[in-house]
Amino acid sequence: MSRTARLRLFLAAAAVLAAALITAATELPGFGGHHHPYGERAVAAGLARQTANIISSVNFDQRAFDTLGEESILFGSVLGAAILLRLARDEGKRRAAAEPVLPTTRLFGATLLPVTLLVGGYLVAHGQLSPGGGFQGGVALATALHLAYVAADYRVLKRIRPLAALDVADALAAGTYAALGLIGLAQGAGYLANTLPLGTFNQMSSSGLVAVINAAVGVEVASGVVVLLAHFLDQAVEIVHNGENR
Amino acid sequence: MTNALTVIALLLTAVTATTAALTREPVRQAVVLAFLGLCLALLFTVLQAPDVALSQLGVGSAITPLLILLTVRRVRRQEQADEHPDRTE
Repeated sequence: MSRTARLRLFLAAAAVLAAALITAATELPGFGGHHHPYGERAVAAGLARQTANIISSVNFDQRAFDTLGEESILFGSVLGAAILLRLARDEGKRRAAAEPVLPTTRLFGATLLPVTLLVGGYLVAHGQLSPGGGFQGGVALATALHLAYVAADYRVLKRIRPLAALDVADALAAGTYAALGLIGLAQGAGYLANTLPLGTFNQMSSSGLVAVINAAVGVEVASGVVVLLAHFLDQAVEIVHNGENR
Repeated sequence: MTNALTVIALLLTAVTATTAALTREPVRQAVVLAFLGLCLALLFTVLQAPDVALSQLGVGSAITPLLILLTVRRVRRQEQADEHPDRTE
């Protein structure tokens, strides 16, 4: 397709999309106003199920099926990257070299690694109570582990990274989310319905199914991101073409 | 006051996003993207969406730039090996 034809096609599609978006947005409440029809309903529904963090209530209860789709996308993309970046027939592995690190960088990494792990664990554990949750905490946990690469080198990261266990944990956690939905189905309330005991408002053990799904998502995201980064790191540091000098 | 903060965060985001789109060199772009993630996290915090801000901070400022940098490193190593087949890396 020629350049002008592509530009025309884009402009036509952009015009249609712009018209549709503007039409859809005319009925929205004004920016920063006091009237939030969706927010008020979501807060009422979240509070009714003893969930303090309404965002988690929307993600893992009111719209749990949408989040299942999103988690499957993450799982699928980690799987896709793992398959594409696997060791090819004409590639071999070399041993990663020990690398010199500035003392200040070492101090920075060694101090922040446990702190970041703690923050990540806190974010996952309190997902049903305060801002954060399985996704945010999972990413923080995965990032924390990679501070070892910043503070030392790839050999140290490999030693503290239980990759085989994380591979399995990623798949198990993704499956757990889908399986947890069956609880509601078994009790006759519908797939992913929140039918577990709701507990006391603003306690760790509140919100029923939200806390359980939140934990599964935390495991899935943390292990998924570590596995994804492991394949990229292997490619960047260890894997060489057989033609390449070692 | 809140409005002023929102406007500042929006302007910062627009400027950084434009810079990211105009930066063509991948390594520099990764750094600009990390900064864009920071600006977006600030914007989401000002708009009272701390959950989204946390996601943005983790994915936009840490994971994405890291993936880009690792990819660039791998590709450059390959290019070097192709140009100087007799020299060890």
